[in-house]
Amino acid sequence: MADKSVLRDALQVYFDDLEVGREIPEIVKRCTPRQLVMWAAASGDFYEIHYDVEHARSIGLPGIVVHGALKNAFLGQLLHDWVAPGGRVIRFGCTYRGMDYPGEDLRCRGTITRLFELDGEHLVELDIWIEDPKGEVTTPGSGLVALPVRDVREGA
Amino acid sequence: MSEPLVSPELSALIGRDWPPVVLEVDRPGIRMWARAVGIDDPVFFDEDVARARGLPGLPAPPGFVGWPRTGPNDPEPGPPVRGLHPDLARSLNGGTEFEYLAPIVAGDELVATTRIVDMKEREGTIGRMLIIERETTYRRGEETVATMRQTVINY
Repeated sequence: MADKSVLRDALQVYFDDLEVGREIPEIVKRCTPRQLVMWAAASGDFYEIHYDVEHARSIGLPGIVVHGALKNAFLGQLLHDWVAPGGRVIRFGCTYRGMDYPGEDLRCRGTITRLFELDGEHLVELDIWIEDPKGEVTTPGSGLVALPVRDVREGA
Repeated sequence: MSEPLVSPELSALIGRDWPPVVLEVDRPGIRMWARAVGIDDPVFFDEDVARARGLPGLPAPPGFVGWPRTGPNDPEPGPPVRGLHPDLARSLNGGTEFEYLAPIVAGDELVATTRIVDMKEREGTIGRMLIIERETTYRRGEETVATMRQTVINY
């Protein structure tokens, strides 16, 4: 049986291999109304603009909109998927500048802005963001992760 | 000249802790959250994978801090997200940031305490806005495991 965790171990990102300016692998999210309902249940945010089209239109929106906190969770996933299994997400966050809608490809992206050591940990700061199909950044943010370093004996 | 939105009454709320709420971090909640976001790392679904990575149980996915333990008639925990100022009935979520000091795992009971750390008045395309910065501290026993900062815009 294929073990996905073995594959993930083989794909571990190491601090040593990084440089400032490099982009991390992006993830693309295309929300369905179903996903927004699942998110409402998981998060406890039942504001109607996220699943009730009539309500959303009644307050001037073109349709239902993606929850801000779900977009933040996407950015959390972006970092988690990049650092797993051996790294950890320390901080991530974003501001909500523009609405995003289901049925659109939301590109979740990030670039490395700083590499440093603190208290024995190897840390990476990143700019992270979501852009809509027009290429507009609706959700800019930043993150901080810790990553493992390569075992020096490996290359000896 | 209209009165400033941040009245002395509102200013007095800054720094005050709202009553704490207990959050329960459970395995079904972790799986449900991961499924809703679309994270497929098995560490959020399979305890054997979690243990193999040195964790005592399923870890909480980024942003999940459990379910509030509230009764049917309890108010929403923390400061109200709208209506702090009588003229501003509408609210927008301006932003969120989580910071972790220790892993949060299934079985944890966290005590969450929220306070308003700043309020500012701004003028924007949607009119006069009250920008409210909130901070929530999550504790497991005496240990602070995470903090969350949130910007709420009332307009």
